[in-house]
Amino acid sequence: MAHGPAKGISRWLFTTNHKDIGTMYLWFSFAMFLLGGVFALVIRAELFEPGLQIVEPAFFNQMTTMHGLVMVFGAVMPAFVGLANWLIPMMIGAPDMALPRMNNWSFWILPFAFAMLASTLLMEGGAPNFGWTFYAPLSTTYAPPSVTFFIFAVHIMGASSIMGAINIIATILNMRAPGMTLMKMPLFVWTWLITAYLLIAVMPVLAGVVTMMLMDIHFNTSFFDAAGGGDPVLFQHVFWFFGHPEVYIMILPAFGVVSQIIPTFARKPLFGYASMVYATSSIAFLSFIVWAHHMFTVGMPVAGELFFMYATMLIAVPTGVKVFNWITTMFRGSMTFETPMLFSVAFVILFTIGGFSGLMLAIAPADFQYHDTYFVVAHFHYVLVPGAIFSITAAVYYWLPKWCGNMYNETMGKTHFWMAFIGLNLTFFPMHFVGLAGMPRRIPDYALQFADFNMIASMGAFLFGAAQILFLFNVIATIRGGKKATDEVWENPEGLEWTVPSPAPYHTFSVPPEVK
Amino acid sequence: MSSEGSYYVPAQSKLPIFASLGLFLTVFGAANWLNGNDTGPTILFCGGLLFAFVLWQWFSAVITENLQGMNSDQLKRSYVWGMGWFIFSEVMFFAAFFGALFYIRNFAIPWLGGEGDKGIANEFLWQGFEATWPLMTTPDMAVNGDAAKVLGPEQSMSFGTVDSIWSWLPFWNTMVLMTSSVTVHMAHSALKNANRKGFNIWLGITVALGFIFLVLQVEEYMEAYLHMGLTLESGAYGTTFFMLTGFHGAHVTLGTFMLLVMFLRSVIKGHFKHEDCFGFEAASWYWHFVDVVWVGLFIFVYVLG
Repeated sequence: MAHGPAKGISRWLFTTNHKDIGTMYLWFSFAMFLLGGVFALVIRAELFEPGLQIVEPAFFNQMTTMHGLVMVFGAVMPAFVGLANWLIPMMIGAPDMALPRMNNWSFWILPFAFAMLASTLLMEGGAPNFGWTFYAPLSTTYAPPSVTFFIFAVHIMGASSIMGAINIIATILNMRAPGMTLMKMPLFVWTWLITAYLLIAVMPVLAGVVTMMLMDIHFNTSFFDAAGGGDPVLFQHVFWFFGHPEVYIMILPAFGVVSQIIPTFARKPLFGYASMVYATSSIAFLSFIVWAHHMFTVGMPVAGELFFMYATMLIAVPTGVKVFNWITTMFRGSMTFETPMLFSVAFVILFTIGGFSGLMLAIAPADFQYHDTYFVVAHFHYVLVPGAIFSITAAVYYWLPKWCGNMYNETMGKTHFWMAFIGLNLTFFPMHFVGLAGMPRRIPDYALQFADFNMIASMGAFLFGAAQILFLFNVIATIRGGKKATDEVWENPEGLEWTVPSPAPYHTFSVPPEVK
Repeated sequence: MSSEGSYYVPAQSKLPIFASLGLFLTVFGAANWLNGNDTGPTILFCGGLLFAFVLWQWFSAVITENLQGMNSDQLKRSYVWGMGWFIFSEVMFFAAFFGALFYIRNFAIPWLGGEGDKGIANEFLWQGFEATWPLMTTPDMAVNGDAAKVLGPEQSMSFGTVDSIWSWLPFWNTMVLMTSSVTVHMAHSALKNANRKGFNIWLGITVALGFIFLVLQVEEYMEAYLHMGLTLESGAYGTTFFMLTGFHGAHVTLGTFMLLVMFLRSVIKGHFKHEDCFGFEAASWYWHFVDVVWVGLFIFVYVLG
């Protein structure tokens, strides 16, 4: 076993070290976050004023599509896998991931997959332009030729996710230190265990649905063609059977992150640990039986509408348990508001707003009004930006001192927080209003009465984008130097990762610790 | 949960990056080929070759490490978890296609035929179409007659009469695969009893049965294409029939190949001991999995077809 990292580029290309691989995942994710962010800013620049001014409508469609795909598959998912790589072995007292070489393979597929996906922008006919949900027949009969590259990119990034998830499950189930029983695991580990299960269950379904598309496009099958006895709505069922668990894949690890951070800065143990575990499991189970709430207006039988409506509302129960637990953890705690805590508190508040708008959307008859409007855009950006993205940001600030041994600049961190917080609310809150008033999503132009709110949203988006540059600067500055962090970093944080030195040595827990 | 104290973390490895490159070139070539670019097949071929070579190296490395005793019991359990969850992912892949079959048969086609509220499409778009399964007359044919582009099959693969079961190929295919599940289990039992010869014989029989199944499948496909007018393009029936049996056949091919490799490893290299035979066990689990999928196919595609 090598004792330290290899020199030069080969360290990164050939590594089997969970910390190296976690770092690569996180940097890759940040690069994709910036790329997807640029796409978003193109959208917001075009929507700054009514009328068409900056891009062609056809290119606008490519931007909405690529923004969604890059953010979901390139930014959020790899970021959580990166955090899992860095943290799970240290949290459970394992020397590394269970299958270290496959771990590196899971990562290195991604740059290839996204290079292929991004290259479609330069292809004849342009990049995929059918939205990140790629509904047939837009994505089959009427798709640009680049759809074939998109399909194969999805295939290999799915393979990467499945291998990553298998590795995480094997690590958690098989590599825990003696005494680390399941119900002693940190919640981040628990949420990832369940997320990994969801990934293995639904990424193959995504592979299935893009395969059906591929066959319909190139081999004249009739999956989504009514003339042959198929049905375009079948696409939506299969896609959302993947798609709904997918949104929990993007949020469950976020629940795990804030469940680690809030107790530290409230200086109280997490309230209701066991109920958190059960709530997470319930959410995972429910995620498999609610998919058609994305399709209320497609023309389902009434029995289907009712079933999916009530099943969806049920999700509010375990989610409510979680929010209650976070708030109760903070209740009468000795709270301080360092940057990770700011992001986590904002997470609890703003994610809950997204949850409430989700509850509104769950009501089938009301959804007929909201469907495909900016209200939906507001809803899922409220759960993804202050949800997934804020939790990832919080995690980076919280664990960065452990990773690189230096404290970040608190003032800069707080500035980042407030810029991001104000920016995202300016961007997404007005979308509720224009959406309720009927502004359709994915259209490059809009009626004049929406102009003011759209202008505010666009300004907020650029503010949010600028905040991320500050984040990048802060992270690089912290890696290069700064005040040395102690081993504990924070005041009495809980978890094995705080028992190792800062920065964490290249290999930790070669001999498993004893957990009491 | 356990810990042996010293866990083997492999040294740096060139395998993953080249596996990624090979995988990327394979799909990049395939996409180019499908889009009609001349370079596609070459890229696909080179990528596939590289990928296969890397996998060969990778498996060799894992086998060598095991033979050198570098694998702890804990790592072996990780391999067990890995294979188990991989098979679960395959189950979900097939679930997507079985789900599509279910939806098309039970919802899409009855609706196209005018059933229920959604049957309104029949009145406006597909007048004259009647819902049947197997779908011999597509909605396109019902509306456009001779001008139709999506034609149904002339004959289907579904079960005829009870007397004809002995001449019904899917029945024999089922027999072959079910038997092979038993023989691979016999091989496992032989190995557990340290009976090398029995292991080799039973495993050899299993590989042969897998091969016979594939030959029969090819026979069935040729029959379908040449005499039954049943192709991948024959509407929803042809689509679901060939996609389900085709992906199953691809998995049988992979499973047969895996068992063949295990057979050769045992015969030529004398690998596998009764307490250390994970490579074989993983392949046999995979084999049982493709058998179970076949049972589902036999019921839902052939018998209830």
